[in-house]
Amino acid sequence: MIPFTHYLVVAALLFAIGLAGIILNRRNVILLLMCVELMLLAVNTNFIAFSNYLGDMAGQVFVFFILTVAAAEAAIGLALVTLLFRNRGDIDVEKMNLLKG
Amino acid sequence: MNQYLYHVVLGIVLAPLAGSLIAGLFRNQIGRLGAQYATILGVFISFALSLFVAKAIWLDGISPKDFLGYIWMSGNTIFPFTFKVGFLIDRLSALMMVVVTFVSLLVHIYSIGYMADDDGYQRFFSYISLFTFAMLMLVTADNFLQLFFGWEGVGLVSYLLIGFWFKKESAIQGNLKAFLVNRVGDFGFILGIAVIFTYVGNLDYAAVFSHATELAADKISLFSGTSWSVVTVICILLFVGAMGKSAQVPLHVWLPESMEGPTPISALIHAATMVTAGVFMVARMSPLYELSQTALTLVIVIGATGALFTGLLAIVMNDIKRVVAYSTLSQLGYMMVAMGASAYSAGIFHLATHACFKALLFLGAGSVIMAMHHEQDMRKMGGLWKRMPITYICFLIGTLALCAIPPFAGFYSKDTIIEAAQLSTIPGASYAYYCVLIGAFVTALYSFRAFFLTFHGKPRMDHHTFEHVHETPWVVWVPLVLLAIPSVLLGAFLISPMLYDTHTVLGNSVTVLSQHNVLAEMKHEFHGALAMIPHALLTVTFWLVIAGIFVAWLAYIKMPNLPGWFAQRFSLLYRVFVDKYGFDALNQMVFVKGTKNFGNALFKIGDRKIIDGFFVNGSGISVRWIALRARLAESGYLYHYVTAMILGLLIFLFIMLTSGVID
Repeated sequence: MIPFTHYLVVAALLFAIGLAGIILNRRNVILLLMCVELMLLAVNTNFIAFSNYLGDMAGQVFVFFILTVAAAEAAIGLALVTLLFRNRGDIDVEKMNLLKG
Repeated sequence: MNQYLYHVVLGIVLAPLAGSLIAGLFRNQIGRLGAQYATILGVFISFALSLFVAKAIWLDGISPKDFLGYIWMSGNTIFPFTFKVGFLIDRLSALMMVVVTFVSLLVHIYSIGYMADDDGYQRFFSYISLFTFAMLMLVTADNFLQLFFGWEGVGLVSYLLIGFWFKKESAIQGNLKAFLVNRVGDFGFILGIAVIFTYVGNLDYAAVFSHATELAADKISLFSGTSWSVVTVICILLFVGAMGKSAQVPLHVWLPESMEGPTPISALIHAATMVTAGVFMVARMSPLYELSQTALTLVIVIGATGALFTGLLAIVMNDIKRVVAYSTLSQLGYMMVAMGASAYSAGIFHLATHACFKALLFLGAGSVIMAMHHEQDMRKMGGLWKRMPITYICFLIGTLALCAIPPFAGFYSKDTIIEAAQLSTIPGASYAYYCVLIGAFVTALYSFRAFFLTFHGKPRMDHHTFEHVHETPWVVWVPLVLLAIPSVLLGAFLISPMLYDTHTVLGNSVTVLSQHNVLAEMKHEFHGALAMIPHALLTVTFWLVIAGIFVAWLAYIKMPNLPGWFAQRFSLLYRVFVDKYGFDALNQMVFVKGTKNFGNALFKIGDRKIIDGFFVNGSGISVRWIALRARLAESGYLYHYVTAMILGLLIFLFIMLTSGVID
């Protein structure tokens, strides 16, 4: 039996990796999307771990919803990236600073 | 009888106001004739009723009456003061009412001719009637507040009338100057009233005078370490007001400028009535002035200075009206000398005779100006006597009265003042005596200079103008004749009742302490008005006057080159006179320029730098400065935002953990 805390550690690591990916990545928007997904999955892992630990199935039901929404979100995100590429000719994060003050 | 008299007094005061309102508000409906008749009727009613009051006072011998007109404001326990409109009818105010309404009536009639072709005809009549109302309020006041109302009222109308021809630049300059200089005086005046109110708590004359001795005993510390008697402070402050209104040195500068107004108002306001308000006020306040030696000394010194030194200026003036204006300044100085010498009756006596002969001189000058088609420069006149004989004779009478030639009116009043100054024992009286004595010579010199230049010698205008000069219409010369009569007779008739009889004309209206009572001393020397005439031949005053006339004759008839030679020989002295001792230059430099520079400094530092620079632009600049730095945080890079967000979250988390919101 894997202890409960290990699940949490793995989830925290996944979250941290996703976060680091967002912050450090200077190139690719797709990589950003993937990092977001990674953080979402870390949260899902937490949900499942707590659901198991507390013996409450509601957490696992939520995970299904989140996965569904995440799939839809990924689809929209990729569509946006495609549009972005079409308009700008690249998807370089470094060059996306139109909101600069 | 009492109630009856009250209505008479109301009629005196309100009739000119009614005339003024009718002429002013309905000027288009009633037209020129309507305005003229309405105002003249109002002033005539006023004059007739004044004569009635005078009869009641002097012939029927009724005692002084203090009528309550209207309570304007009355307080409760928190503010236990009452302000009211009231009329004090005693010998002094009755005399003033007669003088004011008499001169005013004649000036109204005269104006029909003088203003005949002026567009502002109705406005003019409305103003002078309003002036008469304000002046009557002033002289009949029984409390300081009403005195102040009248005081400001006459000042306002004076301002309006000096600037009557408001399209003329110099007239606007003149009335602004009059207004500003009078503000200085009025500031002192209202401070004096404030001191009275603080110490007495009541502004009625009767209440104030009954506290006079206590006021004299009270001390006030104006600057640290000095102690002044309260009554001295009051008297000096009130006298500052009188200096403004009665054009005493150094606040006299406005009176010559006031000559820019129409000539009838110069006669009414700036010679006969308004400018004597200060003299009247000092006489009215005699119970206070008597208790303050310091104030009396100030009055006599200022008066004497004005009497001599403004008279000297009249010698170098070329504008006929300005000569008469400077002579008014000088005569006002004489009146103030009488006040300072405690010869209040003599001062008021001179006020009355001066009102007649100075109004006569002004109206005479106005008649000449009319005949000359509004030419005022005496250098362009001369030889007019054949062309306008009535004006000539009237002007001559006025000049003789002004010069104090017996038996004309001015002789009696002026001689009394000179003698009073000689006998007075207060400090400064001997200075005043020499001033008024030399002043007699100067008066004769300048007034006969004006007389000779205007009426005698060769005509200096072009031939065409001279041919067209003719006597003015009857509405102009009749007032001259009516003023010439009292200018001859008034002095001889009034001197005994005014000054020396057991019951004098002013009676108890003025208070004189026995140690100041110079008139009582002079009474021993007095043997009737006629006896004064041969006696005059033995006095130095008379011969000084004759000398003045002789010098004027020599310089302007016999040897016309003499003045030019004199001006060249004593060019420095001449310059001083032409520059009017530099009062104008001083005012221009210190007050006008000073105020301008001060305003400029306020504008540049206060407005531009502090308000505009620091507050308005400063807030803009600081917002810009902060924004310039804050916008650096907005890089537009997603990862920067994310980092900031995470850091923020961490900080919140940290705060929540340490503050124990969550265990």
